[in-house]
Amino acid sequence: MSSLVRKFNAIFGADMAGPVIAFIAVMLIFGTFADNFLSLATFGSVAFQLPELGLLTLAMLLPLLTGGINLSVTFAANLSGLAAAWVLQAHGGVDAPPSAFLFACLAALATGGAAGAMTGAAIAYTRAHPILVTLSMMIFLRGLGEFLTRGGDVSGFPAYMAPLGHGTLLGLPVPLLIFIVCVGLWHVLLTRTKLGFGLLMIGSNIEAARYSGLNTRKIQVLVYTLSGLMCAVAGIIMLARFNSVRVGHGESYLLITVLAAFLGGINPFGGFGRVLPVFVALIVLQLLSSGLNLLGANQHLATALWGVLMIVVMAARGLFSSYFASLRKKV
Amino acid sequence: MRRLILGHTTEFTLLVVMVLLCTGLSFATDRFLTISNAFDVLNVSAVNIIFAVGLLVVLISGGIDISFAVAASVVQYVTVLALNALGGGNWAEGFIIAGAVGLSLGFVNAFLVWRLNIISIVATISTFNIFFGLLMFFTKGVSIYDLPEWLSTRVVFYEREMSDGSWVELTLPVVVMILCCIATWFMISRTTVGRKLYAFGDNPEGARRFGINIGAMHYISFGWLGLMAGIAGLMQAHYAQEVVPNALYGRELDVLAATVLGGARLGGGKGSVIGCVLGVLMVSITQSGLNLMGVSPFAFKMIVGAIILIAITLSSTRFDKLLPSALRTSTKKGSAQQ
Amino acid sequence: MPSAASAKLPWRKEIYVIMSAEPLLSLKNVKVTFGGVRALKGVSFEVNPGEVHCLAGENGCGKSTLIKVITGVYTPESDAELYFDGKPITAMTPTLAQSLGIQVIWQDLALFDEMTVAENIGFQYAVNGKYGLVDKRAIEQAAEKALARLGVEIDLDKPLKELPIAQRQIVAIARALVGEARLVFMDEPTASLTQSETDYLIDIVRNLSASGVAVVFVSHRLAEVLEISDRITVLRDGSLVGVFPVEGMTQSRVTELMTGRNFDSAVIAADHDDKPVVLSVRGLSRAGEFEDVSFDLRRGETLGITGLLGAGRTELALTLFGMHRAQSGEVLIDGKKVDFHSNRDAIRAGVAYLSEDRLSLGLNQPQSIADNLVMASLDRLLSGGLISPSKKADVVSRWISALGVKIGLPEDPIRTLSGGNQQRVAIAKWLAIGPKILILDAPTVGVDVGARAGIFEIVRKLAAEGLSIIVISDEAPEVYFNTDRVIHMVEGRFHATYDPRRLSLTELESAIYA
Repeated sequence: MSSLVRKFNAIFGADMAGPVIAFIAVMLIFGTFADNFLSLATFGSVAFQLPELGLLTLAMLLPLLTGGINLSVTFAANLSGLAAAWVLQAHGGVDAPPSAFLFACLAALATGGAAGAMTGAAIAYTRAHPILVTLSMMIFLRGLGEFLTRGGDVSGFPAYMAPLGHGTLLGLPVPLLIFIVCVGLWHVLLTRTKLGFGLLMIGSNIEAARYSGLNTRKIQVLVYTLSGLMCAVAGIIMLARFNSVRVGHGESYLLITVLAAFLGGINPFGGFGRVLPVFVALIVLQLLSSGLNLLGANQHLATALWGVLMIVVMAARGLFSSYFASLRKKV
Repeated sequence: MRRLILGHTTEFTLLVVMVLLCTGLSFATDRFLTISNAFDVLNVSAVNIIFAVGLLVVLISGGIDISFAVAASVVQYVTVLALNALGGGNWAEGFIIAGAVGLSLGFVNAFLVWRLNIISIVATISTFNIFFGLLMFFTKGVSIYDLPEWLSTRVVFYEREMSDGSWVELTLPVVVMILCCIATWFMISRTTVGRKLYAFGDNPEGARRFGINIGAMHYISFGWLGLMAGIAGLMQAHYAQEVVPNALYGRELDVLAATVLGGARLGGGKGSVIGCVLGVLMVSITQSGLNLMGVSPFAFKMIVGAIILIAITLSSTRFDKLLPSALRTSTKKGSAQQ
Repeated sequence: MPSAASAKLPWRKEIYVIMSAEPLLSLKNVKVTFGGVRALKGVSFEVNPGEVHCLAGENGCGKSTLIKVITGVYTPESDAELYFDGKPITAMTPTLAQSLGIQVIWQDLALFDEMTVAENIGFQYAVNGKYGLVDKRAIEQAAEKALARLGVEIDLDKPLKELPIAQRQIVAIARALVGEARLVFMDEPTASLTQSETDYLIDIVRNLSASGVAVVFVSHRLAEVLEISDRITVLRDGSLVGVFPVEGMTQSRVTELMTGRNFDSAVIAADHDDKPVVLSVRGLSRAGEFEDVSFDLRRGETLGITGLLGAGRTELALTLFGMHRAQSGEVLIDGKKVDFHSNRDAIRAGVAYLSEDRLSLGLNQPQSIADNLVMASLDRLLSGGLISPSKKADVVSRWISALGVKIGLPEDPIRTLSGGNQQRVAIAKWLAIGPKILILDAPTVGVDVGARAGIFEIVRKLAAEGLSIIVISDEAPEVYFNTDRVIHMVEGRFHATYDPRRLSLTELESAIYA
């Protein structure tokens, strides 16, 4: 048994264990109790719905790895989407030409990036706690968004945007492809770039990283800016999928992004983590969500369930790490 | 006096800013600087201040909790239903039930943080979801308008008509709020439990070595917040004369921001009741002023959010570095790094 | 600076102390084993009432373990005997230890920054009050009494965080007194103190001991040990070497006993006047830290900077490394003036600094050996803008073998390595940037004696290859035997320069500890 575990760890990494076990559990439970769970329709809906959650999770991931958190991801995403929506509206709304779409995307990215950069600068230069800064940013963005939209939603976008939200390419949904590309980017960022290396070092000891010559302030600003840019991408995808933008959309995703990260083996204090197990964790959680839907579970019950799941995952992690620690001592 | 100021720089700065704000607003609109408006602000802020002094205790002990507003909503529901089941009940029963339910919800958080070793932000995000999800599920989002007679009757301790026809009223929520403030102040500064909480938040390892019961610290701090949340929920129901499941949704962020504004530190060991009160009042005064100036309600959130963002960022830079050097303590060679 | 009691009490009370009938604390045959490691191998230890007793030994010799046995944190094997005040103790626990009056002042002090001095000292009364209420008067009275007993005045209402370290220590000691201590252990109390603060602490310890409290001083600062102790117990490698009265003891004798080796190293100092000047410092000053520092450093030269803490050595190093900015003066590297805005500028210019705090600043302890090693030189691993795993693996294995680091796997967290091996990785990290100047600040702190020689061998090799090195250390033998020139800093100024070939170690030590 233990040699099997060791082989698994060697090939996939110890942090894959959690998501894989969860995957098996979800497949078994829902496969048994929900009709049509193990069907193409289910996997299809997962494939289309996963990207928005996934992109927001990627946005949450980098700050978590630096030992911080970004509580403003959902509102940054929606505000970026709003920016894109206005550009499109300003150029004719439903009749906007494709060039307007390009500008709209740029506007979204600029908004998300700006929000992220401000957050990052506040955290890096004033040493304020990320919880507080991103919380305040969240309050501000929500307020700004509600002010600008009077609480309603903005809709009416050109038809050529539909494939972005609902189309397929090479058999895979377009949003999913975009998401996979982003996962790939994040993977390369974390494993092969100076920024990725630096942000992990900051997560475990920021002062030691600084003494060794890492530009910790620049890294922090970049981390939150990238987080903001990823929120913008999520905002654009949500815009395309729902053909409308609302400030509060996806608010419930916040917990799930953090849950996906922790299930995917991210150290809650920062410094350690990989993208691939988080990717698997996301698939598991999306499957879970679809399964609950199929079972006809009430939306509110599902909300409560996510909370319970987070507790279960954290408690399980705690138990396993102390178990493995005690195993190691015996050697 | 200098020591008093230096020891409480945040509170004094807040006071100064508030005075400036009030002065500015009183020029902007002549309806601002009136006694009736002052009492209005106080009435509106009461529930948030009760939340704030509860949250203060958790912050002092080094934790954080964002589930208390939702917990208060749960308490509202359970209390009203229980009171109706008891055939109406009275204030005593109301407070006891609300307090007990709130306390137990607080204990849930304490258990998660202490026994399951989950960091408090993650634990309370989870309980937030659980409490809210279950609340909405069981209530189906339906509000209760049928409150017991005594609960929905306004209780006014003092009232007076002003020369301009407006009324000045001292209502129950404000009185309860004052009592909660006094109780919290007493607990954290005059009891040994309170000093242990400060010590634990300041240096958990040091507290442990001194033999302080760490588990008790968690249960007391989260329990106190639960208790305050319960009382706040009851007051909210009384004030609004109805129980709406998501009326308090989102309050936790405003309260947290106000409490931190008032000098409580996220790392623990620091904070005062006065600071909390000032923080909440600052936000309320701003909103009141904006309202009287005719600013759109949608703009409120945004402006208040921006103020909180700036203020929280600024409050992390050491205030004593902004003071004129005459007032600063000298840093000698060999002094500990900060 | 608060005033100590003006009369210096006579401390040579050995007649009273050593001839006293009953030792206060007596341990026999203490054995403790962790995993497969025997931390204490049948050690005996005795402390007399009112005595100042030093527990000396290298890192890892078992001093901390012994203290933890005495305070009940660890349980020794059952054939050990423990007596306090003549009475046998079968099972020591932390609570029992406290109630007997045994207190430990650990290096991290365990005080509360946001609370006032009074509350810290009288903390016992803050957390145990009648009816659960805080008795402010009781706290203040206890604090006043304790401070008076120590002969010290500190503003009781000041928040602790405003006190310098020396005064915090006094607060910690005062707190132990409130706890009616009869035996106080101090773990490396002078580690972060300036010379004058150390003198002051020594007075306090004497006052304590005169008032009947026994003090066990754990320290490797031999000058202080000899000045203040009545007796010295030396441990080496988990065993008792012996208990010695302080008369007639010298630092080299104690060192010999602690390390089991004779100090017969040879001086390696040599002239480098024919080599070009790599670093030139002129009139460098930073208010409150150092003033008017000027020196030249040539290629291949090893310069030692010594002096007691507070002399400004680390502050000078940090300024040379770009962490702080000088307020006046100039620095030239290879003849060109430099002005560093951050340590990144310094690193680019070829200046490397090995921090004295290896645990929290020098290395990133939870991260892997490989990651720590490449942390400062990532640019050299890039290929096409991305970090090349093969280059990284290559660089890591090259340095590991070049510096002889004993590791398991490069992916292991660096905290799994011994102190000496960790330091080698830290040095490798800096060597990987191809520096011109390497500043080593207290490079052998937390490193075993056997490993220390290895570190200095590396330093010698590097100097031979042309690297200019500055070694900062408060241990005279370290700079004496391993550098070409020793500069002695006192209170921020360069006091004197010594050539190890022209004076003996003892002369150097007297000059420094004078």
